Amino acid sequence: MNDPAIEADTLRKAYGTITALDGLSFQVPAGSVLGLLGPNGSGKTTAVSILSTTLRPDAGRAIVCGLDAVADAPAVRQLIGLAGQFAAVDANLTGRENLMLIARLSRVGRRHASGRAAELLDQFGLMPAADRLVRTYSGGMRRRLDVAAALLHHPRVLFLDEPTTGLDPESRIVLWDSIAGLVRDGTTLLLTTQYLEEADALADNIVIIAAGRMVDTGTPSQLKSRLGAVMFTLGFAGEPEAVRACRVLAAAGQPAERTGSHVSMRSAAGSGAIAQVLRVLDGQVPDPVTVTVREPTLDDVFLALTGSGITAGGMAA
Amino acid sequence: MSALSIAVSDTADVTGRNIRTLFRTPQALIFATIQPVIFVLLFRYAFGGAIRVPGVDYVYFLMPGVFAQSVCFGAIGTAVGLSADMRSGLLVRFRSLPMSRVAVLAGRVTADLARNLLVVAVMAGVGFAVGFRTPHGAWALLAALGLVLLFSTALSWLFVAIGLRVSDPEAAQAFGVPIMFLLVFTSSAFVPATSMPGWLQAIAVHQPVNALVNAERALIIGGTAAHDVLQSLAWTGGILLVFVVVSVRIYTRFGR
Repeated sequence: MNDPAIEADTLRKAYGTITALDGLSFQVPAGSVLGLLGPNGSGKTTAVSILSTTLRPDAGRAIVCGLDAVADAPAVRQLIGLAGQFAAVDANLTGRENLMLIARLSRVGRRHASGRAAELLDQFGLMPAADRLVRTYSGGMRRRLDVAAALLHHPRVLFLDEPTTGLDPESRIVLWDSIAGLVRDGTTLLLTTQYLEEADALADNIVIIAAGRMVDTGTPSQLKSRLGAVMFTLGFAGEPEAVRACRVLAAAGQPAERTGSHVSMRSAAGSGAIAQVLRVLDGQVPDPVTVTVREPTLDDVFLALTGSGITAGGMAA
Repeated sequence: MSALSIAVSDTADVTGRNIRTLFRTPQALIFATIQPVIFVLLFRYAFGGAIRVPGVDYVYFLMPGVFAQSVCFGAIGTAVGLSADMRSGLLVRFRSLPMSRVAVLAGRVTADLARNLLVVAVMAGVGFAVGFRTPHGAWALLAALGLVLLFSTALSWLFVAIGLRVSDPEAAQAFGVPIMFLLVFTSSAFVPATSMPGWLQAIAVHQPVNALVNAERALIIGGTAAHDVLQSLAWTGGILLVFVVVSVRIYTRFGR
């Protein structure tokens, strides 16, 4: 049961002189959800393409359910479902026709295809639009149809490459609900995303990659707890005060980060640490104007690891 | 299921999808038909009077050229359709499915054969309306149209290779139109090759569209049919063989 359903073993891939994957390794236990997180161009899609048999690695091995994604590609294809970054559905077919076509090509028998298509149309809330041409669908509906098309043959392993990129918040939540339902049914899921919030909500484990390499891994709470229990930010009247506060704190052995007139600190000691910091600063700098306390987000994790945020959209709540 | 029955079943499914899509974007179909109709009318009534073909009424000379021309320009649609599927990401999805590799291409070519059949039938109707007749009978015309459709299939495979290479519908169009223009207008499709300067004649008599229209005319009007038909079939067979191999190779090597 705990055998990995997906195993990436030192995968390497270059496009000309551009290295997309630089020895990427990770495992996804059967029945769990892995969130593959990274900025644009970090190699997420390349990794998914290799594991879903649509791209050959230059080196390394990609194993899905114990089968090699290169040597046993035809067998792997029967076990996996893939929904890519672009909703790969035919705009000139209806939703139902799209699912029927993909069902037939996924070797779902003629007799079961229409029942299965109806089931998924219903599950993804597309039944009212089932017999409309997809070119009349909204972006969110297309994405849902795309994910539904990846599920027709009950794949044991599902790859979703940025399934909610560009979706409005409401469509995103609808899709999350459907994905969470699949996971309850025991499907192994590899999800790539730029949205930390999404990985936080859906993933059991997270692999953070940058420049084709893993930079950190753990459960969402492990990653966050590494940053300390709380993060707090002191807002000063101006930058000079903030600079001075940083200097005072550093001298007292409490390093802090400054952004403009704001000074941020992490602490494992919880909110009690704030009182201590304020005592250190007392009399040395003018009192801060604002004090905010919050739990660290995955965006903080990413910032700490790579020195830059993921995207502006990554912070959207 | 055996690999062959999977290939046949998947080709049928992909063909069905492509034909359905074709009728839902009738603009493309109308464009594929209107252009040759305009050529029929232009050459029958505007230019035809100035073109002298010894021993035969020009409309008999013209129609075999129009049949060839309509499938030549239609073949560009194969590249456009395939590259559109590539850009939309559909081909990546197909590659992740446990389906036959060759069916994606064969399904495109088969649907385009159906489209060509329709276009050629419309052209024959237009031809009869402007005075074209078949002195050697209906079978001779059907045999000639059979040659045209075989040739169109070979050309479709050539454009499969182009569509897979350029992966952009506009580029496929831009690439295909000049090639086809050159092939059609350096052949005897609309004017007798004997009216061309010597160097151009040398090109004209050694290219596939010319071989096709010669074979059609030999069947429809009369002439050295056996020789011309064999020559056209040789071109068709050669193009087919080379580009089926090249196209399948390009497709199966994607992602390496």
